[in-house]
Amino acid sequence: MRLRLAAALLAALLGAAALAGSGERSAGRVALPVVKIERGEACVAPVEEMRRNHMQMLFHQRDRTLREGIRTTRFSLKNCVECHAGRNTGSVLGEEGFCSSCHAYAAVKIDCFECHTPMRQARAAEAAR
Amino acid sequence: MASIEYREIEGRSAGFYGLLGVLALVIAAGLAAAWAMEHQGHVITGMTNRIVWGTPHVFAVFLIVAASGALNVASVASVFGRERYQPLARLSGLLAVALLAGGLAVLVLDLGRPERLVVAMTHYNFKSIFAWNIFLYTGFFAVVALYLWTMFERRMNGYSGRAGMLAFLWRLVLTTGTGSIFGFLVAREPYDSALLAPLFIVMSFSLGTAAFVLVLMAACRWSGRPLGDALLARLGSLLGIFVAAVLYFVAVHHLTNLYIARRLDLERFLLWDGGVHTALFWIGQVLAGSVVPLALIFAVRTRAALAAAAACVIAGGLAQLYVLIIGGQAYPQQIFPGKDVSSSFFDGVVASYAPSLPEAALGAGGVALALALTVVGLKLLPFLPRSLADGEPAEA
Amino acid sequence: MTPERRRFLGWSAAAAAGAALAPGLRLVELALARSPEEAASALQRWGLLVDIARCADCDVCVTACREENGWTGSGRPATDAQWIRKVSLRDRGTGHAQTLPLMCQHCEHPPCVDVCPTGASFRRADGIVLVDKHTCIGCRYCVLACPFGARSFIHEPVVGQKPDVPRGKGTVESCTLCVHRVDRGQTPACAEACNRDGGAAMAFGDLNDASAEIHRRLKSEPSSQIRADLALNTGVRYQGL
Repeated sequence: MRLRLAAALLAALLGAAALAGSGERSAGRVALPVVKIERGEACVAPVEEMRRNHMQMLFHQRDRTLREGIRTTRFSLKNCVECHAGRNTGSVLGEEGFCSSCHAYAAVKIDCFECHTPMRQARAAEAAR
Repeated sequence: MASIEYREIEGRSAGFYGLLGVLALVIAAGLAAAWAMEHQGHVITGMTNRIVWGTPHVFAVFLIVAASGALNVASVASVFGRERYQPLARLSGLLAVALLAGGLAVLVLDLGRPERLVVAMTHYNFKSIFAWNIFLYTGFFAVVALYLWTMFERRMNGYSGRAGMLAFLWRLVLTTGTGSIFGFLVAREPYDSALLAPLFIVMSFSLGTAAFVLVLMAACRWSGRPLGDALLARLGSLLGIFVAAVLYFVAVHHLTNLYIARRLDLERFLLWDGGVHTALFWIGQVLAGSVVPLALIFAVRTRAALAAAAACVIAGGLAQLYVLIIGGQAYPQQIFPGKDVSSSFFDGVVASYAPSLPEAALGAGGVALALALTVVGLKLLPFLPRSLADGEPAEA
Repeated sequence: MTPERRRFLGWSAAAAAGAALAPGLRLVELALARSPEEAASALQRWGLLVDIARCADCDVCVTACREENGWTGSGRPATDAQWIRKVSLRDRGTGHAQTLPLMCQHCEHPPCVDVCPTGASFRRADGIVLVDKHTCIGCRYCVLACPFGARSFIHEPVVGQKPDVPRGKGTVESCTLCVHRVDRGQTPACAEACNRDGGAAMAFGDLNDASAEIHRRLKSEPSSQIRADLALNTGVRYQGL
């Protein structure tokens, strides 16, 4: 009986410690993602769907754009960057970048920006024209 | 067939570990080169937009062609029924797989996007001979593994003839495919030819047998196994015939080109004023790679001469592939026949190229990987007979 | 004639005229900008016609392409990409000299598409030959296969890409016929610059559209393909070669 009580107490203590630990931000070695939405009211799809499925959406749309020539602005990567690029950096990468913040935390390397520019271009393009 | 006793090599001596250590160092150098190329881009190599396939490809194609040919000795035993070569069949299979692994490693690590290997293995354009080759190479591993299994597993020995035939046919298709990678380039005069596929077949015979002879002689000497003179002499004769066959195909290729007016400029470049390419052709490919080995094999006829001949054949093979792959790209494309051409993109001029350290390291790393796999294989499984002295086992 | 009959005849005439014009209307509609939601169609085939006689000693086409597509290079001409280049020709027999711009010829039977192991090099339905950088493994076989030396391999990391023109290290690229502009109803940067600042030597248009200038000129004037012997049916044609 006493053994069972001790085990239950230990479990409760450990549980409390875990809960307490998760409450703090950047308590460990890895910075938690910083998600800053600075523009627009809503994304092109609900947040939960975007979080889980944005890769599938990107894979699907890129073939439609490149191979078939369907360039719906709403779903273009350029449009994602326009909206999500940081106000100060103008980029979705780098310090607290919208894409890089979560991807660094999840340790998933982003391949898109080897070729695609991560910079918002609207202002620069307007100036050029 | 009298039962042959196969045994692993002991693999405990200082020499063994020393050899593995050296090979490991070279492999590490190759990996470091691949890492640097992947991170900094191919700008650190000698390859350019005119010479897109460089030294790594020379080594890779050499290893792949030799891999296909290394299986030849086993085929002669299982497919053509020459019993006296049966004791060598297991080593032949091992070397084939090891050489192919080394060649493919170099090829994959040289890709602009090596991390996309999975893409290459899941997206196929079946009009591309390159795509077919990816199938053929991976299938070769499976087919030779199957063949080796029929030889190792006593209960499957009866099937080794059929497995050997499958492996033999597979490698013929594979080597035809490798030659056709170049032969199907219709827009390039040094390549556009149906002759390249059979040329690669006979090259595989020649280079594969040379590699096999050297590995066999080294393995027997360093593991203290007797190796009969008569057996070696037979292998030597085989090698000599194949070397002569390669020389024949090369001669026919160039003589035909010389007959075609529009190809005269190309032949003048390759055979006369192409600088390093001309030197490699006559001194490397023809003299060292064909004439000298033929003399060593058929006139001198000693064991040392055979080893030297095999080494010369390999050197000549590398020279031949350098002239084919790099010389073929250095020669300007004839986009506007009959006109002198110049532009900012180096049209109309012979492109210059010099092998760089990363490329050489990557190529050497592939060779070292192939040899290391062979050495480790010999230690793990009984690929070599206890003795290859003449007269044992009873010759058929 | 009774008003009813007049009305009937009027409506019939209108219907007949509409039926006659409708196909033309549809084609004209396609020749103008398609909406972004529409896929490229095989009804169109984009092409260029270059009049070498008008090709002056300038290279505004090259500069414009460089600006538009962002391949400014790093001062290493052997490894820098070039999507379009001016080529100088001199006939070996007669000594006659010419210059012309050379870029991807957007063949109907592209050797680069045939040899690509992953199918990254492909021909879009409307004739534009492109590289799908998502699937390109950087093997450079297409660079070898191209009869015109039109393809470039990217040898160094790329930064500062134009938003409409993604390009990156380790993949192969070539002239896209400014597909991002064409899909908006504009002309390629080279042709636009040539007509604005150069010798007005380049005409762009839909080879399948009977009302397009390029179609009419190709039909009524002599023109040729480079390496016509290869029977690739290029989308880029030259006059005066």
